[in-house]
Amino acid sequence: MSYFSDIYHGIRTLLTGMGVTGKYFLHSRKGAITQQYPDNRDTLKMFERFRGEVVMPHDENNEHSCTGCQKCEIACPNGSIEIIWDRQVDPETGKKKKLIDKHIYHLGMCTQCGLCIDACPSDAIKWAQNFENAVYDRSQLTRVLNRPGSKVRAGVEE
Amino acid sequence: MYSSLIITNNIHSWVLSWMPAAATGIIEMIMIALAYLTLFAVLGLFLVLMERKVAAWFQLRIGPNRVGFFGMFQTIADALKLLSKELTGTDKADKFLYNLAPYFLIISSLMALAVFPFSKNLQAFDINIGIFFLIAISSIGVIGILLGGWSSNNKFALIGAMRSGVQTISYELSVGLSLLTMILLTGSLQLSEIIEVQKSGWLIVQGHIPAVIAFMIYMIAGTAETNRAPFDMVEAESELGAGFHTEYSGMKFAYFFLAEFINMFIIAAIGTTVFFGGWLSPFGITESIPWLGVFWFMIKTFALVFLMMWFRWTFPRLRVDQLLTLEWKYLLPINLFNIVLMAIIIWLNFTIQF
Ligand code: SF4
Ligand code: SF4
Repeated sequence: MSYFSDIYHGIRTLLTGMGVTGKYFLHSRKGAITQQYPDNRDTLKMFERFRGEVVMPHDENNEHSCTGCQKCEIACPNGSIEIIWDRQVDPETGKKKKLIDKHIYHLGMCTQCGLCIDACPSDAIKWAQNFENAVYDRSQLTRVLNRPGSKVRAGVEE
Repeated sequence: MYSSLIITNNIHSWVLSWMPAAATGIIEMIMIALAYLTLFAVLGLFLVLMERKVAAWFQLRIGPNRVGFFGMFQTIADALKLLSKELTGTDKADKFLYNLAPYFLIISSLMALAVFPFSKNLQAFDINIGIFFLIAISSIGVIGILLGGWSSNNKFALIGAMRSGVQTISYELSVGLSLLTMILLTGSLQLSEIIEVQKSGWLIVQGHIPAVIAFMIYMIAGTAETNRAPFDMVEAESELGAGFHTEYSGMKFAYFFLAEFINMFIIAAIGTTVFFGGWLSPFGITESIPWLGVFWFMIKTFALVFLMMWFRWTFPRLRVDQLLTLEWKYLLPINLFNIVLMAIIIWLNFTIQF
């Protein structure tokens, strides 16, 4: 008897499938997910979770929250991050403190794995959503993430 | 073309006016052949475009939209590209068979196209064994596939071709039997006669339950005969490269490609003629204007073509053993039972006629 119920079941599930795709077909006019890229360059917004490149956000006082702990440098499997740091005397507390000089990021070696961002204890770096990353020269892919003259935000500790 | 359409009569008398009668016959044959070749090319290109657009819409994409208005000339551009490409071949290929193979496919599909009545009297060849001829011709195409796979000296091509053989030979049984079910109703194999019978209701209405079953079986088996997904064991991109035409390039590849789409059109056209009244308009609304028959024929055929595309973009693919199980354990017994059912219905006069 399962022979006939198999046939019935088969036809019913196939019709269900056709119903689903038929619905998609009718909605394709409005719901097309294709981005016609160079045409909509001005309006195209990438999704939140898109991984373009690693950036370090700065606030309006030109302050970031990178303490120079080097955890991202250790976490990176490709060695795309180099931290150049220094021990300096903190002008407020008068104690010696590890301070970042340059946070160097090689976009050309980065595989967009995100381990550095996960490793950062003070959320100093995050993903940017830009995707037009092509440049004419390899050296332009090496970027210094902290802006010149910037300093670590007060209160951010290792 | 023995036709009462005014335009063909005019051409006939025009050619007769400056030609001897014997030459006229040949000239007219050549003209018809050219007309069908044009139809073949235009239909092929249009079907490829339609397939791409429909596929895009099923997948919530936009599809080709750059070349011409809404991408109308995309396939023409593709054809020109293929024309200009180099014809490559493998080293130890059997050159003669290798070059011959595409023509088998093309010629068989052209011969099948010739017998369709596109409208009243608009038919190149009204053969009295029409359906039989169509079934026979549509299985000749597989020789082209087998030759292509065999001669190109490539194991993937050979596997693809052998699968095609298995598939076509099993499924044409179902195509034949489901059409035979309908022949019980019409009592004639001639296509024009079959359409004449449907003036009192399309066969799918006349034959009701067994006719609907026969139609379903015909669509399944027909899709399998054209080697399209979900039955694309022959070209299985994921397993066999491109299947039997892996080693073909340029225009020879385009022949295979076009023939595949024309075969889809042919399967849909047989379905239209046998189940949905061919060029007859619904309820005879345009009976007084015979040339509108072309319009109705095309509408119905393209509706069936669309159905086949819908299948393609919905259903999961079958494995080879599942393919054969479906045919031999399900379709064939149902089909045989269906013929008996249809015979009983005709015997007891349970058909619906207007
Ligand atoms: S995303 Fe991965 S590869 Fe790129 S810098 Fe971070 S850890 Fe290194
Ligand atoms: S970016 Fe984060 S992990 Fe890397 S050095 Fe700065 S604070 Fe440490």
